[in-house]
Amino acid sequence: MKAFLILEDGHVFTGTSIGSRKEIISEIVFNTSMTGYLEVLTDPSYAGQAVCMTYPLIGNYGICYEDQESLRPWPDGYIVRELSRMPSNFRCQDTIQNFLKRFDIPGIAGIDTRALTKILREEGTMNGMITTDENYDLNEILPKLKAYKTGKVVEKVTCSEPAKWKGEGYRVALMDFGVKKSIPASLNRRGCQVTVYPAQTSAEEILAAKPDGIMLSNGPGDPKECREIIKEVRKLYDSNVPIFAICLGHQLMALATGADTKKLKYGHRGGNHPVKDLATGRVYITSQNHGYVVDTETLDPKVAVPAFVNVNDGTNEGLRYIGKNIFTVQYHPEAAPGPQDSAYLFDRFIEMMGGNK
Amino acid sequence: MPKNPDIKKVLVIGSGPIVIGQAAEFDYAGTQACRSLKEEGLEVVLLNSNPATIMTDKDIADRVYIEPLTVEVVEQLILKEKPDSVLPTLGGQAGLNLAMELEERGFLRENHVRLIGTTSETIKKAEDRQEFKDTMEKIGEPVAASKVVTNVEDGIAFTNTIGYPVVLRPAYTLGGSGGGIAHNEEELEEILSNGLRLSRVGEVLVERCIAGWKEIEYEVMRDSAGNCITVCNMENIDPVGVHTGDSIVVAPSQTLGDKEYQMLRTSALNIISELGITGGCNVQYALNPDSFEYCVIEVNPRVSRSSALASKATGYPIAKVAAKIALGYTLDEIPNAITRKTYASFEPMLDYCVVKIPRLPFDKFISAKRTLTTQMKATGEVMSICNNFEGALMKAIRSLEQHVDSLMSYDFTGLTEEELVEELEIVDDMRIWRIAEAVRRGISYEKIHEITKIDCWFIDKIAILVEMEQALKTRELTEELLREAKRMEFPDYIIARLSGKTEEEVKALRKQYNIVAAYKMVDTCAAEFAATTPYYYSVYGGENEAVKSSGKKKVLVLGSGPIRIGQGIEFDFCSVHCTWAFAEEGYETIIINNNPETVSTDFDIADKLYFEPLTPEDVENVVNNEHPDGAVVQFGGQTAIKLTEALIKMGVKILGTSAENVDAAEDRELFDQILQKCGIPRAAGHTVYTAEEAKAAARELGYPVLVRPSYVLGGQGMQIAINDEDIEKYIGVINRYTQEHPILVDKYLEGKEIEVDAVCDGEDILIPGIMEHIERAGIHSGDSISVYPAQSISQKAKETIEEYTRRLAKSLHVLGMINIQFIVYQEQVYVIEVNPRSSRTVPYISKVTGIPIVPLATRVILGHKIRELGYEPGLQPEADYIAIKMPVFSFEKIRGADISLGPEMKSTGECLGIARTFNEALYKAFLGAGINLPKYKNMIITVRDSEQEEMLPVARRFEKLGYKIYATRGTARMLNENGVHAIRTNKIEQDSPTLMDLILGHKIDLVIDIPEQGVEHSKDGFVIRRNAIETGVNVLTAVDTATALVTSLENTDIKKLELVDIATIAGR
Repeated sequence: MKAFLILEDGHVFTGTSIGSRKEIISEIVFNTSMTGYLEVLTDPSYAGQAVCMTYPLIGNYGICYEDQESLRPWPDGYIVRELSRMPSNFRCQDTIQNFLKRFDIPGIAGIDTRALTKILREEGTMNGMITTDENYDLNEILPKLKAYKTGKVVEKVTCSEPAKWKGEGYRVALMDFGVKKSIPASLNRRGCQVTVYPAQTSAEEILAAKPDGIMLSNGPGDPKECREIIKEVRKLYDSNVPIFAICLGHQLMALATGADTKKLKYGHRGGNHPVKDLATGRVYITSQNHGYVVDTETLDPKVAVPAFVNVNDGTNEGLRYIGKNIFTVQYHPEAAPGPQDSAYLFDRFIEMMGGNK
Repeated sequence: MPKNPDIKKVLVIGSGPIVIGQAAEFDYAGTQACRSLKEEGLEVVLLNSNPATIMTDKDIADRVYIEPLTVEVVEQLILKEKPDSVLPTLGGQAGLNLAMELEERGFLRENHVRLIGTTSETIKKAEDRQEFKDTMEKIGEPVAASKVVTNVEDGIAFTNTIGYPVVLRPAYTLGGSGGGIAHNEEELEEILSNGLRLSRVGEVLVERCIAGWKEIEYEVMRDSAGNCITVCNMENIDPVGVHTGDSIVVAPSQTLGDKEYQMLRTSALNIISELGITGGCNVQYALNPDSFEYCVIEVNPRVSRSSALASKATGYPIAKVAAKIALGYTLDEIPNAITRKTYASFEPMLDYCVVKIPRLPFDKFISAKRTLTTQMKATGEVMSICNNFEGALMKAIRSLEQHVDSLMSYDFTGLTEEELVEELEIVDDMRIWRIAEAVRRGISYEKIHEITKIDCWFIDKIAILVEMEQALKTRELTEELLREAKRMEFPDYIIARLSGKTEEEVKALRKQYNIVAAYKMVDTCAAEFAATTPYYYSVYGGENEAVKSSGKKKVLVLGSGPIRIGQGIEFDFCSVHCTWAFAEEGYETIIINNNPETVSTDFDIADKLYFEPLTPEDVENVVNNEHPDGAVVQFGGQTAIKLTEALIKMGVKILGTSAENVDAAEDRELFDQILQKCGIPRAAGHTVYTAEEAKAAARELGYPVLVRPSYVLGGQGMQIAINDEDIEKYIGVINRYTQEHPILVDKYLEGKEIEVDAVCDGEDILIPGIMEHIERAGIHSGDSISVYPAQSISQKAKETIEEYTRRLAKSLHVLGMINIQFIVYQEQVYVIEVNPRSSRTVPYISKVTGIPIVPLATRVILGHKIRELGYEPGLQPEADYIAIKMPVFSFEKIRGADISLGPEMKSTGECLGIARTFNEALYKAFLGAGINLPKYKNMIITVRDSEQEEMLPVARRFEKLGYKIYATRGTARMLNENGVHAIRTNKIEQDSPTLMDLILGHKIDLVIDIPEQGVEHSKDGFVIRRNAIETGVNVLTAVDTATALVTSLENTDIKKLELVDIATIAGR
């Protein structure tokens, strides 16, 4: 069956429908990872977005459930050049086609994903619609697309109950703004006992549990939408508990301490972004997924200074908080998908909590 | 970290002659590195014995030495040029080994020269089998159970503990020379003893066999600050067991999940960090297809063939970046030349799929085993890019120029299902075609996988192509079906053939449905950033990105495709220089080529690069997109020449000599008319179509005769026949492929062979020099030792040659290059053949005369006159130097290939000896070709009766040099009767000790074996020659070559070679 991707600027791509047949409107973004499509699909940070994979051959090794970053796929829609008709891998349990259908996620295949990427790169991230309705009417659809707002998404993706990862080491409180499984897993592998808290949990409740350290997770959407959460994060900042934050968590900490965030033209999504550690001068290839960034112009140097910078475009990739046991990064040291080169940051967090127990 | 200010003058060591396992990729890497160093204001001294390379141009380095790659030469060069640094990691294994020897001798330290790039400790850690194993164990990286042995007994004992089969890998050899898989003790003994001999240090690694695992490679870069990235990973479709150079390779990996991909990537980064490599490095893995278990197979601490492939596959210039790193820069300081927005410290992301297929030489070595093993056999490779795997595979197949264009090109329909299943076990260059046939027969993926171990994902892709063949045969050619067939890159004529239409009808349908090729850009970043580099590949469907033009006049330069015997790197040299000359003349230049190893496919050589097959349809697509003002075909070898007709049909103007005149040189009758008109004699001959006609012609001319098809390359299918039986056999060989052109039968004249390259502007000609072949006519010119200037022909003959060249060039209305081969026989000059195009001798003659022949020819093509360009027409005065081009062979790599020389070309590369005297030049040339004698002063001579008389003085001279001569009965009797002491030795089938025992005893320097001409090759001789080659003994099969060698050996006073800086030879 034919499917159409309609962009708010009037571009229309015609392809084949995959997954669910339902019609969706969403923010269209692209990811340049060549492997790890399942990790991308199950990363809660993609909630509220439809993601286009720039690598043209997707689904080659099928679905291996243990590689999921959460229990379900989150994007509103999925855009690919070609889905493999026969996945092959010793762990393969299912196909993407079935997976998308099961979770009622619509998608489109067979379009010129490179042309789409170039549009997003030149004009910036924009809204779009995936539909199978051949009689679509642009006059009706385009105003709707322009008016569409992603809104609050953290609430949709966070857990409803606290959950525990058992461990004998440090006790870490992990704020779930849309956490990827690999974050608690990375801590747990280092011995930590991790308690995952719903995003709405108050700072008091977390501090009352007397954690050795606090982690603020990744998550979807515009950080400024998280007004309530930012207030709680400020309280966590004021405590003297060591804090490590990733992605959305990093942005929320910056907002909580007076800095501002801004939207990137088309974001960083992929596994090849070079980040320089300003303390050592070393460059690491990192896994990234963000559309917003901390505006370093707005930093109060008495509060926080840049610790990491993106080598390509010079945008901020991490902050060191003055006089505090806090550091935050924009990228994903937990990888999955992408390079594992920054896993050392979890060790650094362990050091902050007092070193190896 | 900024550039190290102490580095001011750098010696770059190249890789020497092209041999199997070390080909054009090092010219590409070396050229890129030299340009990158010069960009930094450094003085570059270059050493490479290979004159056909671009890196040995004076435009590329400041000082250029085309000298033998030996330790003595490098030492002398260092003393002469006093570089402060040596960059050894860009010249392949040859360059690396040289640098290691210098370091081990302490020479570099004594002379305050540093190795830049990677340190010698690092090289040792990576290359020395035991040190490598220890290092891997230290960082917990798994390697297959293995042991380094120095004798056969230890090898057998160790194998008994780990079990058969085992893989054997000699230390410090290239292309897996001397390696292999042993399934039993007998095989182990054979391969191991051979490997021990070939290893520079007498070590062989005996290793648990992991054949059948997935073979995965990572290209990694690291700088001195410790930053590392992976440029690319690649998956071999052929599992472990086939050398990666002989495997079909896809980039990026297709069947690895992120967990496996990242596991191996992290491992590769750990390894490069632990080894402390600064520069590029290649890590090869075996990955168990049923678990996360993996083994590190090998690490190359240098730029390699795989890095050339990775560079072209991603657009990331590995050699350039490696050179900058060697100077002290860090990755984040080096801009990405493609995006100009990012830096070298980022990992390329592909939004397409790349397929590489090796070009194997079995069309040249008909007797050779086609089996693919851990020892590389390919002479070259092709690469293709598409946004789907099926399309990339189809494009790569037709890029091979090996009579294959689809998965239907080899016919296995004659096999029963049982036979087919059995044949699936065969690992050779036809494997994917057998798999396609198996799929057609409905044999299950599981069964095919079980036998071949090729991943089912690839089998399914082959099945998709097979299904399309079926659909085209059985279904109506609807728009949808046609669109899908083109998406998978089925050529129009195949669609036509399968669907019962004509090619024109298919083209018309495509036009009607608007199914046209679009071009996408290789930009290193999957479109994330706007790139400026116009490096394109075609796809069907989607946006065309190749739309910008400069408004200048456009010229299309057709490349020469994969490196193969008969069409090597020299045509890339010509294509690149032609491109540069057009750019200087104000043209927008467009290159089409498909060879990832070459300089011409580097992203900054032409204004636009189309990485495409060189077939009429693919070229037409580019023409339709670019509408060039003209095309040049005379620099791209036969590949380009063959496209002439098609280009004319497309309405593209051929720049230079017209197509009719190219035809006239190839068409026997037209050519005879021209010769007659010019008053030039040629060997009598006839044009025939059948064996009967050929025999009649031969009898009339009198045997021996030369038989060959017209339109040949590198003497393909050419043979000397001495009787009717030979003719029968040859015509059979020639007709193996459909013959569109007739067969030529010529009287064979055994005279001096002379070769001339000339430029003609329509009025005047310019001959840079006359070359003479050491071997008399009958041995292919590419396999002959070639001497400039000609030494043994009279002034009168030279004048006649000049005059004939002038007449021929004018009669053929040559505009640009012409190559003519003559025979001087009893003071008479005959023409053998004329090629109105550039030839393999052009690079070498350009360098030694200092005359930039290709740029000159290019300007002439554009209407300039030789005189106006500052040259006096005619034969140029001889240079102050004598230059000798020596062919280099790769026989030891090709099991079962007959090494005796004849009219069919067999050499893979060449080296140059250049000096003020003939003897020194000859000595250098032999040295450069690796013939470094004497060692044991024992030799074997077996000569056919007809040449015994000529052999006698040669044998006498060898005896005088102190050589002990062993000979078979006839030869021994003749030598002894004439006062040359020869020890009679038994033939193979007789009692020991036989010739074979002598050869296998490894005390023999040299075998001179002159076999009978014609078909009746003595089986004995064949076995002896093969064994000698495989045990590393030098073998000569022509009296003339032997004479040259003994001449060179007699000049023992040549201790101190005079090194010649080619860059100072001024064109006159």
